[in-house]
Formats: sequence, C-alpha cells, structure tokens
Amino acid sequence: MSEPQPAVTQATLVKKAAPKSDYKPADVSPQRRVQRSFAVRLWSIRHSRLLEWFYSRFADMFLLLHPLWKGIGYGRVEAPIKFVEKRVKGFMFDCRMCGQCVLSSTGMSCPMNCPKQLRNGPCGGVRANGNCEVEPDMPCVWVKAWEGSQNMVHGDKILDVQKPVDQSLRETSAWLRVTAQAAAAREAAQAPKTGASA
Amino acid sequence: MIARQLDENPAGIHLPLDPLPGHSSRGRLERVLRRGEFAVTTELNPPDSADPEDVYNRAKIFDGWVDAINAVDASGANCHMSSVGICALLTRMGYAPIMQIACRDKNRIAIQGDVLGGAAMGVANMLCLTGDGVQAGDQPGAKPVFDLDSMSLLETCRIMRDNGKFLSGRKLTTPPQIFLGAAVNPFAPPFDFRPIHLGKKIAAGAQFVQTQYCFDVPMFKTFMQKARDLGHTEKVFILCGVGPLASAKTAKWIRNNVPGIHIPDAIIKRLEGAQDQKKEGKQLCIDIINEVKEIPGISGVHVMAYRQEEYVAEIVDESGVLKGRQPWKREIRRDDQMVADRLGHILHDEITETQVDMVKTAH
Repeated sequence: MSEPQPAVTQATLVKKAAPKSDYKPADVSPQRRVQRSFAVRLWSIRHSRLLEWFYSRFADMFLLLHPLWKGIGYGRVEAPIKFVEKRVKGFMFDCRMCGQCVLSSTGMSCPMNCPKQLRNGPCGGVRANGNCEVEPDMPCVWVKAWEGSQNMVHGDKILDVQKPVDQSLRETSAWLRVTAQAAAAREAAQAPKTGASA
Repeated sequence: MIARQLDENPAGIHLPLDPLPGHSSRGRLERVLRRGEFAVTTELNPPDSADPEDVYNRAKIFDGWVDAINAVDASGANCHMSSVGICALLTRMGYAPIMQIACRDKNRIAIQGDVLGGAAMGVANMLCLTGDGVQAGDQPGAKPVFDLDSMSLLETCRIMRDNGKFLSGRKLTTPPQIFLGAAVNPFAPPFDFRPIHLGKKIAAGAQFVQTQYCFDVPMFKTFMQKARDLGHTEKVFILCGVGPLASAKTAKWIRNNVPGIHIPDAIIKRLEGAQDQKKEGKQLCIDIINEVKEIPGISGVHVMAYRQEEYVAEIVDESGVLKGRQPWKREIRRDDQMVADRLGHILHDEITETQVDMVKTAH
C-alpha cells in the first residue's frame, strides 16, 4: 500500500512556487489575495484627525435621529443602514463588518484587516519595513494605527484594552448599535450626552 | 541522605508548593523571581512523537540549570506534541513548565478549558501568546482561529484566576492559581509603541514577560529605559530572550525568513570572522547575557537554543548568571530509595512463581 499523499491546497502551491528561502510577495492569505491596493485605507489613516472630528458630528446626528429610528423600528432600519454602512466603511477602511467598530480607538485603521485580527496592538512579527508578517506587501495595520492615533485628539484611546470580538454581532450595523446605546445611556442619565463615536 | 531542595513539596515532587502571601501561583518560577534571584528559563523542543520518553529525555538536558521550561504551543505554526500534553508529562516529574497558549488554534471555549486542565495538572505558569500565522508552518491550509488575541487572552486568564469566573461570567468552583506571562518584541516596529504596548499587557494581567531574541543590545537598552520611565519594571518581571546562532549562514537565513527577529550586521560580521562559527555563536550569546543582566529592571534570561539544547547548560554556566545558585533538579528522594530497596529486586530477579506457591504465601 502506498503512502497517502497530503492534500495539495492553494496555499501549498503558492508556497512551493518559489524556493523556500526566497521573498514571496504573492504569498498572501487567501482572504486578501483579491485585494491588493491599500491606498484609500492609508488615506483614511493619514486624515484620522479629520475623520475623528467628522465621526463625532456624524454620531451626534445619528443620535438626533434616534426618535426617527425608534419610530420606524431599529429592526426595520437595520438592513438599509447596514447596506450603506458596509459600503461606505468598506471603501474607506476596508471594513469587515465585525459590528463593534473600534476605529476611533485604533487611529482609524481597522484592526479586523490584521490577518490575526488583533484588536489590542501589533504582534511580534512586524517586518523591519513596517509591513505585515503574513502579507509581506501590506503595511502592518497596527503600525498604521499607532501613526493615525498620534494625529487624533483622543489618540490615547489606543491604550484601552479591548474585549474579544463578539462574533454574534458580525454583519450588524455598529452605527445603529452605538446610537441605541448612547440613547439608552442618555435616557438613563436624563442629561444630554455626546454620543460615542463609532 | 539527600537534603530537601528549596522549592519542593515534601509530600512529592509533582505536588504544588505551599502558597505564599503575595504569590498568585504555587510554582517555582514565581518564587525565584519574587525572591529577587536572576531566573533562567528555556524552551523544550517539542517532539513529533507520542512517546513520553522523548519529552523526558529532552527535559533532562536542562536539569539543574533552569528554573522553568517553556512548553511551546506549535511554535512557528508547525505541528508538534501539544503544550498541554508536554506540561502533563513534565509536572508529573516535578518540572516547572511554562504552558504556552497560542490564539491561533483554539477559540475561547477551548482555551479556557485548557487553562483549567493545565492548572489542575499542576501547571503554575502560563504564557499568553498570539501565535504565528498559519502560513509560517507546515500546514498553511489550516484555518487561522485567532478568536482572542494575546491581550484578551491575558485578561481572560486573569479574570478566571482573580474573579473565579469564565469570560461568560459563570462561576468556577476552584479558580486556577497561575502566574501569567506574556511575550514582547522590542525589536519590531512601531518601536515607540512597544513600551506602551507592554504597559497594556501589564494592565491586562501580565506578571512576567519573555522577550524575542535579543541581538541588538543598544536597542534593547532604549526599550528598557522607556519601560523604566513608564514604571513598568516595578510591575512586571522581564526576562530577556537570548540564544546561540549556529553560524553566519543561519543568522542570515533567520534575518530574511523569520519576521520579528532583528540581527544587526555587526553580529553577522563577527560570526563570519570566526574560525569556529558555532563556538563563536555560543560566546556571542554569553556576551549578550553578560550585557543584558546589568540592565536595571531585568529579572532573568530566557535561553532559546533550538536544536542546540545541549549548549543551554554551558551558556548558563559560563555566563555565571546563577551566581552559584542551583535551580531545582530531579534527584533520588528518600522515599524513592525506600521503594527501590524493597522492590528493586523484582526488576532483576527472575522468579517464576506458580499459582500454587502464590496461594501458599498468601495464606
């Protein structure tokens, strides 16, 4: 009986395409192989201060519209808002719709783009040129997050220890969730409160 | 008769030590560090086998030279015996393993179960890691899990220990008594964030940290200076990662292929200029230890000698970091001797007893 051959995966083929010692820019993780440009994402990080300002106005506006959302029903507006949010944030930040946005704490660099989905800081594998260990041609999400947070007014929010991702919130609107929470907090406190930016 | 060693339970080497005030674990490593002694830890090269003897033979090399042994969790995303399995074997024989937990392969359900299982087996130290990406290992087609990250893993372990609860809030009947560790890499960008990141890990629960291989001492000194300025060194024990390089060729290969390990040109030049590169690599490691041990805030070294484990003892000995102290070592105890005296003969004597004889002796 012959030895069973190990299954050949796409990753194995990519790995075998060049000698092991060579630098292989194509050796990226499967979910990233489709997207190779990071220009918009990097623009957003460079303009993190502007986006921070905009986001806080935007969150206030959403909070003002709370009676409207409540009137229609949060359940009903979820689908159209999510549709818009997914496309807007997808374009701006390469958003992955984790549903619990922490952009304002991570210098407007979406941590879900990290192949290890780290939400609390870089891993130890960042390359000397500041690129990712897993995807050698992608700038490390956390190197950029640190740069972005330096420009922001509340940049020290990067020091907060983030809770693990709640997978049950995937593909839900973070905007509506934050608005609903802020409205609830406002009602509880019976005092005007500035909405937390998403 | 052999005198009882300092950090050993008199009732049996495999049992946890007496709890001490201010200690969160009942292990040896925390005692050594809290006593203010210079600690030495190392890494066990995990076997690709199901034979426990492979683990014991590899651990024996470090006997009497190290305070704790890291049981790696599929390092470099290569498949090996699990860290839980290695720890189960090592604690049985009285060793002090540091159980590494990587977030790559397990979700929060499995990890919390392993923390309880490990602690129940007598594992006193756990090192919370993110883990390498699956692309680095021998099975790049695997699904990367990364449900938690090293920070939330630290926090999860701390909550389990201090609050006696799972992440879900469900109560534990007996919380794990563990000394929590983390890894830091001062040699990868963003450099100015790294000391702050260490502070974040301390806030999440890290009590000791092991660093990535240090080959650039000035860079490490800068990092330590910042860590001291931020007051981190009073809250955490820092063990500097060191290791021998086998040759200039290996050093170059590591530099180009292993992300996160920074090797300056001067190091490679020094190795290239040497007659015996392997010997020079060892000497280089000793020189680095001698330099880092003087840095204020350094509590020990973590010697990683992958496939050169035989050099660990020499490196520790020649650098003199132990200052004459001998870490715990497996020795024959009085009760072992008694058992050997009474029952040793059954191993050697060839007695063929018939059932009739056995009945006679039984009556």
